[in-house]
Amino acid sequence: MIKCSSSIFSKNILRPFLSVIIICISSVSFGAGEKINYPQLNWSFSGILGTFDRASQQRGLQVYKEVCSGCHGMRLLAYRNLKAIGYNEDEVKAFASENSVNTINDDGEVVERPARPSDKFVSPYPNDKAARAANGGAYPPDLSLIVKARPDGANYLHALLTGYIDAPADKKVPDGMYYNKYYSGNLIGMPQPLYEDGVEYADGTKATPDQMAKDVTAFLAWASEPEMEDRKRLGVSVMLFLLLLTALSYFAMKQIWAPIKNQ
Amino acid sequence: MSNNSKSKKNKEGKRDFLIISTYAMAGIGAASVAWPLIDQMNPAADTLALASTEVDLSSLEEGQAITVTWRGKPVFVRHRTPEEIKLAKEVSLDEMRHPETDEERVPNEKFIVLVGVCTHLGCVPLGQKSGDIKGQYGGWFCPCHGSHYDHSGRIRKGPAPTNLEVPSYKFLSDNIIKIG
Amino acid sequence: MSKSKFKNPVVKWIDHRLPVFSFMDHELNHYPTPKNLNYFWNFGSLAGFALVTMIITGIVLSMNYTAHVDYAFDSVERIMRDVNHGWLIRYIHMNGASFFFIVVYIHIFRGLYYGSYKAPRELLWILGVLILLLMMATAFMGYVLPWGQMSFWGATVITNLFSAIPLVGENIVTWLWGGFSVDNSTLNRFFSLHFVLPFVIVGVVILHLVALHRFGSNNPIGIDVKGTQDTIPFSPYYTIKDLFGLSVFLSFFAAAVFFFPNFMGHPDNYIEANPMVTPAHIVPEWYFLPFYAILRAIPDKLGGVLFMFSAIAVLFILPWLDRSSVRSSQFRPIYKIFFWILLVDCILLGYLGAMPAEGIYVVLSRIATAYYFFHFLVLFPLLPYIEKTKPLPLSISEPILGGAATASAFATREKK
Repeated sequence: MIKCSSSIFSKNILRPFLSVIIICISSVSFGAGEKINYPQLNWSFSGILGTFDRASQQRGLQVYKEVCSGCHGMRLLAYRNLKAIGYNEDEVKAFASENSVNTINDDGEVVERPARPSDKFVSPYPNDKAARAANGGAYPPDLSLIVKARPDGANYLHALLTGYIDAPADKKVPDGMYYNKYYSGNLIGMPQPLYEDGVEYADGTKATPDQMAKDVTAFLAWASEPEMEDRKRLGVSVMLFLLLLTALSYFAMKQIWAPIKNQ
Repeated sequence: MSNNSKSKKNKEGKRDFLIISTYAMAGIGAASVAWPLIDQMNPAADTLALASTEVDLSSLEEGQAITVTWRGKPVFVRHRTPEEIKLAKEVSLDEMRHPETDEERVPNEKFIVLVGVCTHLGCVPLGQKSGDIKGQYGGWFCPCHGSHYDHSGRIRKGPAPTNLEVPSYKFLSDNIIKIG
Repeated sequence: MSKSKFKNPVVKWIDHRLPVFSFMDHELNHYPTPKNLNYFWNFGSLAGFALVTMIITGIVLSMNYTAHVDYAFDSVERIMRDVNHGWLIRYIHMNGASFFFIVVYIHIFRGLYYGSYKAPRELLWILGVLILLLMMATAFMGYVLPWGQMSFWGATVITNLFSAIPLVGENIVTWLWGGFSVDNSTLNRFFSLHFVLPFVIVGVVILHLVALHRFGSNNPIGIDVKGTQDTIPFSPYYTIKDLFGLSVFLSFFAAAVFFFPNFMGHPDNYIEANPMVTPAHIVPEWYFLPFYAILRAIPDKLGGVLFMFSAIAVLFILPWLDRSSVRSSQFRPIYKIFFWILLVDCILLGYLGAMPAEGIYVVLSRIATAYYFFHFLVLFPLLPYIEKTKPLPLSISEPILGGAATASAFATREKK
């Protein structure tokens, strides 16, 4: 008899309750603002088991270094972090030493020294105001977290980098602005950064704008979430453990409750 | 009858096994969660990245010394003169509190590298600058409680129990050392 | 000296002087619990688990966090990138807040459905509402700490609510900020309060448990326990059931932490706070959205603030608003329908809170707000006068046969 109440529940109440929770969660994430539809790409790092493509990341680093780093910093990343995308100690050291950082010598003067692997990526401008002044008032955002800091970040970035087209005839593009079909409002302060063969890839990959956009996005996605591969790997074992524990505790519960249920 | 009770016992054994293994597994889960919480107090990646430091000795003239910071502590690097080297090597170990040969302590006899922390109570000894008091043995002198160190950083007089510590370091090239 | 129930001499010795073991044995082991509790009664212990998880991860995070406007954002990113397992601990804390609220909201709606707030459990319920309030304050201040754009602007908007108070409003806001805008002083005090309030919550949770154990748990039928035949000891029956519930909960939680850690967050909070630029849409965390919708539904500033706080205040007096003596909705056919309407209404409010405050959304949020207060202030007091409740069973172990519940019970039995 006791059973009756609980089985009524599982049928009538549990289901709406669960669906309600799901709606509740999903409604929020789709909540914000009007949506521009970006092409949805099949990234190697998306999905529960997705990992980064090392070769693409390394090409992306090259694109960042040769194209983006003129204006955009990556202040949260350290040169030593590059070991995670497949560079060895010496390569990291060489990469770092191409940049210089300020330090104070024993006489109290500000002098430059070559950057070390333990240093953070050197930003192109000394401060935000200098960055703004050098770019006609538009601030080139730091790219360390850019993929996490934009909704649908990876697809957005790829779309934005490849979204430069001629403005429609009725649209006036003011000086210092550029037309981009994926930017909100279509007018962006950043000139088109990627052109055919804008960089020369060491591995012989053809440097089309689309390829470069994909590569630099792969690199920036890693920069936003350097822990992603560890996280997913650990997640799989934790889930397996929890499923086993759930199954075990379910059967243990049935065992313990058997005398009560059979009363 | 006996058969019946045996099967009942069997059943109970199985039942207990299931329940015990469930709780054991929950315990294992709880224990493994403890590790990340403990490990987060160990040095982080950025701290470890600063655990070693490289020093360029090319501009260090004979008789000069520099102090570099390594793991939050001062490290003394001194370019010894031939006379200092001679003094450090010739002295008899018998009269020392903590007998170590100069060869053991200074692989490259020209450059001596020491952790600049007195082994007595952790003060920083004098002797790096040319005007400093260097103590009776010409090396370093700790002003806190009067420990005298020689040209090899060995304790010769005063309360300090052991010689100045030599950090682990290696020469990457003739003029560059990596400490740590 | 009375005979001790403990065999271990050390335990015996301690217990004779400090009866903690007797207490635990009584309250966690033998504690008589109704035997017909369903899975919705798991959410109390899950909430307790969530609270402990938040406190432990929070203490650990505070060891690596810097409460200063210049360093807060970077120190959080250092936790994510450099601190050993820092990303795991921070994602547990971040998603833990959301899951804590999910669990607590289900716990509250369970109380509403089964009338758990009715005599003699009024104080139990009121302490629960107090916990909810403290949780909201704690969560709000915690969200400020990473010092992202949403942190900053959320803090600005919410603290500005107090400026609606007549005469002293502006002074109160300045006092809250410790300055003339949300700044370093604000961040510092929020960190301090965010650290200490969870321990206040623990205190109120203990009172909540003391009040619970005074009369024991309510149950799905909602009638009082008549004797030992209606109850079973908490252990092993409900310990194992709670463990099972916990495993299921953790499976969902782990899926979020490891595979969708930022699903319930907002991308803008990965942009460092900038007092000169407001994000296009300021949206609070999802668990505040229903209240945010009520705030925006009222066209008057002070009115909006009053209605928003009233939405929680009505919960405090709910035990006296509901005039029905029947606890469980199972025996209240009309209230049962309105319960579901209220649930949908709250979810609708949550949805509207995330939408821009314009056009149809404003109209809908006014209707939803009106229904919310209608439900509590009109429906609860008046419904008992027109509702004909179903006959109550005699006791938990021998319910009366009759009505639809029995028919479906037979159907379930036959299937077995």
